[in-house]
Amino acid sequence: MGTVTVEKGRYVPKGAFHQIEAGTPIHDESGTLCGVTKPRNMTYMHSYGGEAPFFQAVSEKARLLATRCDNPACAGKGTMYLPFRVYCPDCLAKMTVVDVTDVVNKVATIYTYIVTERSGAFNTLEKPIRFVDVAFPGTAFGTLLKGYMVGPGQPAIGKRVVPVFRTGAPAYNIQDLAWALEGTTADQLPKGFTFSR
Amino acid sequence: MIRFSDRQLRIPKQSRPVYLVTAGMSQFGRAFPARKTEELCIDAFVMAAEMLGMSPAELKTYIQMGLYGHFADHFGDQLLGEAVIHDRLGLDPLPGLGVKTGGATGGYTTLAATMAIASGQADCVLAMGWERMDEVPTDEGNFLISCAADKDWETFLGQIYTGYYAPMAQRYWQVFGKREPSFRETLARIAVKHRGYARFNPFAHGAMKITIDDVLKSPVVADPLRALDACLMSVGAACCVICDEATANEIHKRAPHMKPLRIWVGAGTHTLRPADRRDMDIPLLPNETAEQYKDLEQRFPGADRYPGFTGFLAARMAAFYAYGMTGIKDPTVDLDLVELHDAFTISDVQTYEDVGIRPYGEGRTYVESGDCYHTNPHTGLPGKLPSNLSGGLIGCMHAVGATGIMQIDEVAMHLWNRHAEVHGAPARWKAFGKEKPADWTDLQVKGAKRGMAVSHAGVGSHVTATILMDPDALLKKEGC
Repeated sequence: MGTVTVEKGRYVPKGAFHQIEAGTPIHDESGTLCGVTKPRNMTYMHSYGGEAPFFQAVSEKARLLATRCDNPACAGKGTMYLPFRVYCPDCLAKMTVVDVTDVVNKVATIYTYIVTERSGAFNTLEKPIRFVDVAFPGTAFGTLLKGYMVGPGQPAIGKRVVPVFRTGAPAYNIQDLAWALEGTTADQLPKGFTFSR
Repeated sequence: MIRFSDRQLRIPKQSRPVYLVTAGMSQFGRAFPARKTEELCIDAFVMAAEMLGMSPAELKTYIQMGLYGHFADHFGDQLLGEAVIHDRLGLDPLPGLGVKTGGATGGYTTLAATMAIASGQADCVLAMGWERMDEVPTDEGNFLISCAADKDWETFLGQIYTGYYAPMAQRYWQVFGKREPSFRETLARIAVKHRGYARFNPFAHGAMKITIDDVLKSPVVADPLRALDACLMSVGAACCVICDEATANEIHKRAPHMKPLRIWVGAGTHTLRPADRRDMDIPLLPNETAEQYKDLEQRFPGADRYPGFTGFLAARMAAFYAYGMTGIKDPTVDLDLVELHDAFTISDVQTYEDVGIRPYGEGRTYVESGDCYHTNPHTGLPGKLPSNLSGGLIGCMHAVGATGIMQIDEVAMHLWNRHAEVHGAPARWKAFGKEKPADWTDLQVKGAKRGMAVSHAGVGSHVTATILMDPDALLKKEGC
């Protein structure tokens, strides 16, 4: 498996990044050739750019960062954003990064949800997946946040949830942030997850 | 809060009248292992020529530019597929342009086509859309579709679009549907209707004679949505030819049986991530007042934000612009039929509200009243505003890049009064390897003069509302 570092501003891939595999013919019942398979295994090197502080805080520090527009000339001044946005959607000023872990711990509520046994290829979440969209009532957040639930219980609109973080074995993607029903105890969380620190 | 400037709410105006002169489609299917995408596009183009009584070569002499709608390069494993189709249609070295706006690709391709004509960039263009969704296993297809969500904030969550779409349905189900079994049954009626209408459409591949009970007992995809509530995953192509008035008149002289139709496209967008939807006032359509929504939250507890997850702002804006362009005041009065983007039964209901067929919260009554049927099941009389007589995405197809154009084509067939001929011809059923049902029914909307097709992307990132009108039945005489 390949790994990547950044050196002097460039991606430096090391190791195996693709395995070459021959295709195979596709015939119909009569033996007539219809086509050919094209197997491929590729790895992208993807930048989190200005959103990297959010993912680093989630995966390494068990903290939740948001952004806030502090531009005094902006009609939306004071609005908070989670999903974390680098620039204000109204004035395009670079926003201030704020740690919202404590406030989210107190107010996060399920706005809507779905439970499904379905997933696409490459899914690594345990099924059934409990998708939750989380609201932050009574705050300056103008947004909701999509995630998934772990721990005991089932989601319902209006239920209080708290963020939990997969700092034990982080994947460094949004899966490292999950939500547990308020009242869930540490021993009820899946391995690798923790409450905020 | 989204705030609009007056400039942003300006009603678009075509600089000269724009016409739709012909349309064509390939057969739609779950898979066509023995046919390449370009073969399906050629099928659609050949049908468009045949509709005019022309040879493909003759029709090509009018075309000055190709507008191509293709959602997912990943599916066909072909970047710049537009260039392949353009070449196979023999349209090089004319200009060609690709359009990608998810599920609304067909609608936006048509928008680009109307813009090309209205601006004078061209006098006659081809709008062609297609999708190839059969060349990867279904779960990999689901993964590829999930890549149309935000790759950092959503895609890693299950790699399946259901996880992003169905929570919106859940919110609507609980807030506006109040989790009522009767509403669940209403949703099932939509699935029965669309799969049933598809039985009379030889192009369709989701035709089924089913009951409400069948829908309610089909496997749960994500509660409250079941397998028969969901749209199809399809392969196929659809096209239309759009031109200026002089060209339309010239073509009409050669094909007097095909009256050119006026066409306008209103378009809107909204956040790719539903999470980013900020609360705002409901933008009103001509048949609405702010007063009627003052007690919305009292009537529907939980309807505390707009659009929240219960409405599609992009659809509302597309309708706002389209109605403004065409003079539509009330779609249930001014239109004769619609084709809506029924990705799921519940999103069909949401769209009734977004485009003003019913006020917010009351979408279900469009079905329950019988207004949405070809023949109202309660009265036996024609439905007030029949919807998705093609079978829609649930019954006919969802070959993403082609879908919006298929919808426009299907509306046009009614306005040309050629629905029965196109859908009932035994030769077409035979050519598609299908048996025409013994109870085949002519779904032509008699005397149809105006129709609308709504093309919609994903969780509502892009939507178009395309209006077609018989030029002798315009609602707005001034300007374009």
